[in-house]
Amino acid sequence: MRVSLNWLRQLVPGLEGTAEELADRLAMTVTGVEEIVPVGRGLEDIRVARVLELREHPDADRLSLCLVDGGEDPVEVVCGAPVIHEGGLYPFIAPGSTLPGGLRIEERAIRGVTSHGMLCSERELALGSDASGILRLPDGLEPGTPLVQAFDLPDAALELEITPNRVDLACHVGVARELAAEAGLEVRVPPVEGADWEPTWRDGHEAASAGGVTVGIEDAARCGRYLGAVVRGVEVKPSPAWLQARLRAVGARPINNVVDATNYVLRELNQPLHAFDLARVRGGRIGVRAARAGERLRTLDGVERALEPAATVITDAEGPVAVAGVMGGEESEVTAGTTDVFLECAWFDPSHTRHTARSLELSTDASYRFERGVDRRGCEAALARCVRLILATAGGKAEADAVRVGELPGPRTVVPLRPERVQRLLGLVLDAGAIEGLLAPLGFERDETGGLAFRIPGWREGDIRREVDLIEEVARRHGYERFPTATRPTRPSTVPDDPSFARSDRVRRLLESRGLLEARSSSLVARSEADAERPVDLLHPISAEEGFLRGALVPVLLRRLEHNWARGTGDVRLYEIGTVFRRRAEDESGEVPVAEELRVGALLTGRRRPPHWSEEPAAVDVWDLKGLAEEVASGLCGATVEPLPLASGDEAPALGRFGAARWLGAERFELVGPAGRIGVAGGVRREAVDAPPWAEAVWALEFGLGAVELAAPTPYRPLSTFPAVPRDLALAVPASVRAAEVEAVIREAAPEWLEDVRLFDVYEGDGVEGGRRSLAFRFRFRARDRTLEDAEVESALKQIIRRLEERCDARVRSA
Amino acid sequence: MSEGGNPLLERLAAIEEEGVAALRDAADEEALETARVRYLGRSGAVADVLGRIGSLPADQRRPVGQKGNAVKRALEETHETRAAELRMRESARAAADRDLTRPGRTAWPGGSHPVTAVIDEICDIFRELGFTRVRGPEVETEWYNFTALNIPLDHPAADVHDTFYLEDGVVLRTHTSPVQARTMQTHQPPVRVVVPGVCYRRESIDASHAAVFDQIEGLAVDEGVDFVEFRSTIEHFVRRFFGAETRTRFRPDFFPFTEPSAQVEVSCTICGGSGCATCKGTGWIEIMGSGMVDPAVFEAVGYDPERYTGYAFGMGPGRMALLRHGIPDLRLLHEGDVRFLRQFAST
Ligand SMILES: [Zn+2]
Repeated sequence: MRVSLNWLRQLVPGLEGTAEELADRLAMTVTGVEEIVPVGRGLEDIRVARVLELREHPDADRLSLCLVDGGEDPVEVVCGAPVIHEGGLYPFIAPGSTLPGGLRIEERAIRGVTSHGMLCSERELALGSDASGILRLPDGLEPGTPLVQAFDLPDAALELEITPNRVDLACHVGVARELAAEAGLEVRVPPVEGADWEPTWRDGHEAASAGGVTVGIEDAARCGRYLGAVVRGVEVKPSPAWLQARLRAVGARPINNVVDATNYVLRELNQPLHAFDLARVRGGRIGVRAARAGERLRTLDGVERALEPAATVITDAEGPVAVAGVMGGEESEVTAGTTDVFLECAWFDPSHTRHTARSLELSTDASYRFERGVDRRGCEAALARCVRLILATAGGKAEADAVRVGELPGPRTVVPLRPERVQRLLGLVLDAGAIEGLLAPLGFERDETGGLAFRIPGWREGDIRREVDLIEEVARRHGYERFPTATRPTRPSTVPDDPSFARSDRVRRLLESRGLLEARSSSLVARSEADAERPVDLLHPISAEEGFLRGALVPVLLRRLEHNWARGTGDVRLYEIGTVFRRRAEDESGEVPVAEELRVGALLTGRRRPPHWSEEPAAVDVWDLKGLAEEVASGLCGATVEPLPLASGDEAPALGRFGAARWLGAERFELVGPAGRIGVAGGVRREAVDAPPWAEAVWALEFGLGAVELAAPTPYRPLSTFPAVPRDLALAVPASVRAAEVEAVIREAAPEWLEDVRLFDVYEGDGVEGGRRSLAFRFRFRARDRTLEDAEVESALKQIIRRLEERCDARVRSA
Repeated sequence: MSEGGNPLLERLAAIEEEGVAALRDAADEEALETARVRYLGRSGAVADVLGRIGSLPADQRRPVGQKGNAVKRALEETHETRAAELRMRESARAAADRDLTRPGRTAWPGGSHPVTAVIDEICDIFRELGFTRVRGPEVETEWYNFTALNIPLDHPAADVHDTFYLEDGVVLRTHTSPVQARTMQTHQPPVRVVVPGVCYRRESIDASHAAVFDQIEGLAVDEGVDFVEFRSTIEHFVRRFFGAETRTRFRPDFFPFTEPSAQVEVSCTICGGSGCATCKGTGWIEIMGSGMVDPAVFEAVGYDPERYTGYAFGMGPGRMALLRHGIPDLRLLHEGDVRFLRQFAST
């Protein structure tokens, strides 16, 4: 939303400050200023000129020769514009002067004829984007007048942020009010010179007639008020320079004096108006109602639109002539041939206007304001001002009577304000007088009937309804930057820290210490990364690739892996902690039909360690993955890692839960906690990921963050001060016997002073008979209370070996 | 005998002088060993003298024995010193052969995402001030996402949220603010919480916008919480997070769930306030939407708005990470590119 600085200065006599200073003042007390746009800089050399004579160029069809009066002796100018009118006024730049872009104009010959200067287009003057022709200036200007004087230049436009509650700032008077209040000045709307019109209102609840037009509101919910006036005998032509200048400064294109008058009032007072060519209003009847199925209307922008019943329309005796509060119809628009005008000034319901605009996928200056709520008390003044502007710029005569249909606004809302509440909320001690001093300049009038209370001006009625709304105005007017700084005693929160944070902190510490990097992937994914069984899809996704919520983390991390591979990175170790989603089953209860779970996913591929010159690089293998899974399981979750057989009966649902059916290869594990499976780990199937030929095997794991235990104090175990007795034992066991079974048997058969036993070598081949493999274990025996005798260690080992022979068909290879 | 001198004592003095010199000046381990055997060996010079003590008169034995032991100690010390010198020289030579300029052996670096680091730091600062961390669901009801927060659905105020719907009444939360309502429904004041979380908006994705983004919310509610406390707390946070020299300013803004509402800006961390591309020449950067909790929110969750007051704020850790590290494009945060993540790895 743009406001012109010159316009604001005109509305607030005495207002001082540069554009930057005023922008800063607005930003700190009212609303943000996104941009300061210079308007009409560098036009000091441009003058108004009249084309006295127009001739064809002797050697070029497309060029014409103009004899131009720029206030001095007439000169000849060569011009390439398609349309130039003899007698018309145009901006002229004489040789030796420069255009805003810095281009210096010199006398030069064009096709053999010397051009003594140039007539300029809107774009050449940086006054607009139109480069198609020379800018036609309004009649009535004196040749030789500097353009900056005729157009009140230079100016600056401030691009304001308008928050949804402050639509009153979408006009110059609204912004002027704030600046005036800050500066201790007043807003003065200058009267329209040479025009005076105060109508006699013809009122009606549902319908009324005046000046030959009958207005009826069929649906009062859609339109609260409808005022209309008739001006007859207008001469439609370009607006005077001052009016054009105002509109141009705020980025609006001047059209003709009647339409420009409505646009001027829109930007001055915030009231959208619409001018109809009365001759095109069939039957002299105006109605407001919902559109009917099948109705169509060609709007001002030339688009033929199908109307939906959600839309509110303005009708004449035969059908829709405008989309209410959004855009007029092309058929009834004011054109050069218009003589009689019907001027609409209405208050359309915000919600209905919103639905109307949405149904047509249109947003206009008018709908923007009606949606946010315009001042329903301001209609009379706005209509009168617009009629006077039309009379002043287009002539004609206004009918003395004007229609006014709908409810008259009742008395203004009164909102009480307790000074003690101000203190409680803001921490400022302000008495009634001080509060009034802050609020009155913005139009809040003190109500004297009871305690401290204020009457809300019409332009703030939508926003200010409660005491707290007024307190915000007090804080704002006081200035946020003027509040003191002070610490207050605080009481501790009753809300405990969510334990998921401690859980994820533990996971992060472990995984990061193992050389994994944290990824934060988008949770919007394609179908292939959503929950396999119960995917969660969006109603209106931006794209199919982002049409679902992720159902598991590993599939998402695999996409991240592909991204890395595509950039030539083969050593990838990533983890992520985040939410996964699945649609709830029909019989599953919940506030929303989607279940969320916090998960941890990780993947490893590439070399086990950063390459080093001293060794051959080895790739991450299943034992790296299993080791990491074991650290996660036993270290964080009190769980174990078990091989997951391919043929396990409950595989599908279990894997589905972790999204693993899509990627888990043959080497697979489950993480088993006290309450069952908490996660899965394993190799990633080749077809589950788009791998370049040089890629190493990929290993991944995923588990629920909820399974992570909160760290509990670890009980101390005494350290033995007696010597340890090491022993190695190599066993040849049938290939079908698992290492874990052997270890379990060892632990079962061993005395309590077996401190540690671990598999340290596995061997198959020469020296081991067929169908068997060698498993070598290293034992460490140590008692807490004595030095072990050799004999008792030997006896214990014998016992272990005997048990292994019985239970595992093990044969000792060496002892 | 002192006048005429004891020949053995004189002999010992000579051995000491010669032996110390021989050991000290030994050129290498071999020479050192030869010298050691000669002076300190089983049949070396010192042993030879001490072996002859028995032939001395009784009153002379003691001084010779004492002197002999002293000489032996002196020689041993010299030997040890020289041996250490020679060993050091030897290992230095070996080390020089090994070329210690070659790179060392390392492990893969692990580490947190820069956005996580920002979230952690924000949480830590507020936890020092008595705030706790809470979470809420990402799939929300319209009621929690909008209605409870005083955002009318049929109003331009809801438009700015560009909401993803899953079905009628069910949305992907557009901010972490619904957790305000959830927390207040389940806990009585004093409430002081921070809420990190992922949010969603139907925005087209570019360098500074993402459809999925992180937000961190804060809420403090109790009796006697006022605008002064709010401002002071936020200023404290800014100084802790951005540095003591960073300035804060509060500007009017609009959020349906706070009133008064404020936009918090900090002096530009890039240019220090003189104006640059990052701050669009203004010298200030918006970091936080905030304000005093609107009484309508208290009413929605069943708190007495006459008794309790509070403040709430929300900021974008993603944007703050970009600012902190000078990262030009938001999209880099979510690609999981190892080359990017490794830059911020700390372990
Ligand atoms: Zn800057």
